[in-house]
Amino acid sequence: MAMMLSLDAVAALVDHLRNDGRKVIGPVLRNATISLDEIDGVDDLPAGWTEHQDGGSYRLERLDRPELFGHATPALPWKSWLYPPRTMLMRANRDNGSVTIEKPTPGAEPFAFFGIRSCDVHALDILDRVFLDPADPTYTARREKLFVVAATCARPGGTCFCVSMGTGPAPSIGYDIALTELWAGDRHEFLARAATDRGRALLGRLEGRAPTEADLAAADHLVGNATQNMGRQLDPTHPTAAAERYEHPQWEAVARRCLACANCTMVCPTCFCSTTEDTTDLSGAVSERWRRWDSCFALDFSFLAGAPVRSSTKSRYRQWLLHKLVTWHDQFGTSGCVGCGRCITWCPVGIDLTAEMTALALDPGGPS
Amino acid sequence: MPADSDESTGRGPMTPVLYRVEARHQELADTVTIRIAPVTERLTDPEPGQFEMLLAFGVGEIPISISGLGDGGGELEHTIRSVGAVTKALCTSAVGDLIGVRGPYGVGWDLDRATGHDLLIVAGGLGLAPLRPAMLEALANRHRFGRLVLLVGARDPGSLMFVEELERWRGRFDIDVAVTVDAAPPSWRGDVGVVTKLLSRAPVNFGNTTAVVCGPEVMMRFVAAGLADRGVPPGQIRLSMERNMRCAIGHCGHCQLGPEFVCKDGPVFPWDRMEKLMLVRER
Amino acid sequence: MKSIRDLLGEHLLFRDFHPDLLELMAGCGHNVHFEAGEQILTEGAPASEFYLIRSGKASVGVTVPNRGTVLIETLGPDEVIGVSWPFPPYRWEFSSTAIDPTSAIAMDAECLRSKCDQEPVLGYQVFKSFARLMRDRLQATRLQLLDLYGNHAG
Repeated sequence: MAMMLSLDAVAALVDHLRNDGRKVIGPVLRNATISLDEIDGVDDLPAGWTEHQDGGSYRLERLDRPELFGHATPALPWKSWLYPPRTMLMRANRDNGSVTIEKPTPGAEPFAFFGIRSCDVHALDILDRVFLDPADPTYTARREKLFVVAATCARPGGTCFCVSMGTGPAPSIGYDIALTELWAGDRHEFLARAATDRGRALLGRLEGRAPTEADLAAADHLVGNATQNMGRQLDPTHPTAAAERYEHPQWEAVARRCLACANCTMVCPTCFCSTTEDTTDLSGAVSERWRRWDSCFALDFSFLAGAPVRSSTKSRYRQWLLHKLVTWHDQFGTSGCVGCGRCITWCPVGIDLTAEMTALALDPGGPS
Repeated sequence: MPADSDESTGRGPMTPVLYRVEARHQELADTVTIRIAPVTERLTDPEPGQFEMLLAFGVGEIPISISGLGDGGGELEHTIRSVGAVTKALCTSAVGDLIGVRGPYGVGWDLDRATGHDLLIVAGGLGLAPLRPAMLEALANRHRFGRLVLLVGARDPGSLMFVEELERWRGRFDIDVAVTVDAAPPSWRGDVGVVTKLLSRAPVNFGNTTAVVCGPEVMMRFVAAGLADRGVPPGQIRLSMERNMRCAIGHCGHCQLGPEFVCKDGPVFPWDRMEKLMLVRER
Repeated sequence: MKSIRDLLGEHLLFRDFHPDLLELMAGCGHNVHFEAGEQILTEGAPASEFYLIRSGKASVGVTVPNRGTVLIETLGPDEVIGVSWPFPPYRWEFSSTAIDPTSAIAMDAECLRSKCDQEPVLGYQVFKSFARLMRDRLQATRLQLLDLYGNHAG
């Protein structure tokens, strides 16, 4: 089912999602970036803004027309709403030699992701493979209720390489409704496609017109353009070539630049590692266990009986990159990378995993 | 979407069950065996080689192998060395204390697959703890195996655990038990030297042997390589790996060793899947 | 009763040797037996005979003032007591005592040295076997040095 929506109809779409009881998460201007937060309506979207992204660099820029989706990937990953940075696992109350364990109910109002890019939709599919079996209660409860309104990427960023990873720029899986923002002179419209029953039902509640051949051609043209404008690329044969080069000098080279700050893992839409923290109140009667995001770049991540298995930055970067691009396939049947480019943009020293992969793959790196 | 395996009990996968410390035995200066029993809900009985997550309330949770099963009442034995805050809290727990338990988790020794083989059990130090249930299972099903050989390495005679049991086993005619220590006073009548030295003398047919090995990683590496040299098929050499697990269900990412999640793909792995991984530094 | 040649061929050290080479060495060997507690080698003494253990158990130790004899390792069946015999000045560097009753083949060191000199094929095989034995002992000693089972919590 496809139809053409005006800006007002798209505004109504957001209103319907909200009126149906969903929290709508979408791109917003925050901290001099296009980031993510709950939106009350289309007015909260960063209309007329885009950004320039490069290794370790991000600048907002104005567009000459009020495009809603004129940006690339937002700074934050969407995973924050399905897999929150902190989750309480349990609370134990000790009283008179007995202990009662309370488990928090993972209840959360249903979310809608509005304007999510295809790379990020693919990231949800990757997280599903981690958290649905065995089921993480919080992720599962939120994921089951999630409504996905994807947006076709018209202006890929300077660090984007979804084409290399086969995840974009046009939404292909995992959405209820996909929007493609189209301009014909001053006429501002959206081609809306529904892929699920609930997506079709929602489109059925909106005013719109049937798309013409010209509308469909314009959408195809936009996707074709975006495909040609990737800021980065990753040769799919490179990870395989680099897979067993554990002692390649490039690991030392990247470790000299890497700060082990963990930014890349925090902004990555698929990084899922976590740790647990235990706290008690002053009396010691009430203790809580919390799960919070962790990073394989943290020194204590690999602690074993008091000392880390991976003490060098080299070994931690190697673990991250080879997990993301190589061993993820063994574990989950897919790459762990969707080509969103966030790890490149938000690396304080601009380390570029596509360049690292190329260096590892093209030079055998001495005797091995 | 796939169902949560714990959904039937209404318990989340990270929610522990209450167990009470029933008995406590000081094995060594820094090592304690606790026997715990369910307060109400009882976890599934573990297979030899599996592990559980033990929670000291307010302190933290840690993976601990199972060193023994009770007599059918759901009791579990865990042998714990005090090396950090959580293990210290568990080691100092008193009879009657409550702890949280999740599990059992992971792939165990899987002795069914050793049926008809000679069974060689090689333990180093604390590694005897997770091998004890394997030994007990093998003894309970003695007819299923050919020769049954237990090789034990320890730091010194005072660091041997389960000594009474070792002496009892050594007195049997259907088991070969050899114990070696790295250092000993002149009064020691047993062997001195690393446990790898006992391999050549193990009275097994190496080509038709299953070996189960647990101890420090370096010790397992040399034992496995030594056994493979002597003709034990690499797929029949099984090692129990240790990594820092936070969740035990493949969610936290901490225990990754190359493509493997030690918590759910292991902790017991065949040598042919570990050999390359163990030779990469800081893997 | 088995011949010395047969017994040599059964020992791990010479198990892969050609029968001709075993025959050549057999003249250097004879059977010995040590009672528990009997001294086998004494540090500093001439390395005139070394022993291929067939059964039993012997210690390897070194005398330390005020500590007596410190036990370093034990040797059992298929192992060898005495590895200093091929090299000048042909003296033992460690002591060995039988812990259990121990049966062995005693090999005359000078006899074997001269046969190895005269017959390089035998010499190469014997030294290859001893190199492997030394590799195994070095590996075991290195593992012993690691204090594998100590509590190394940082």
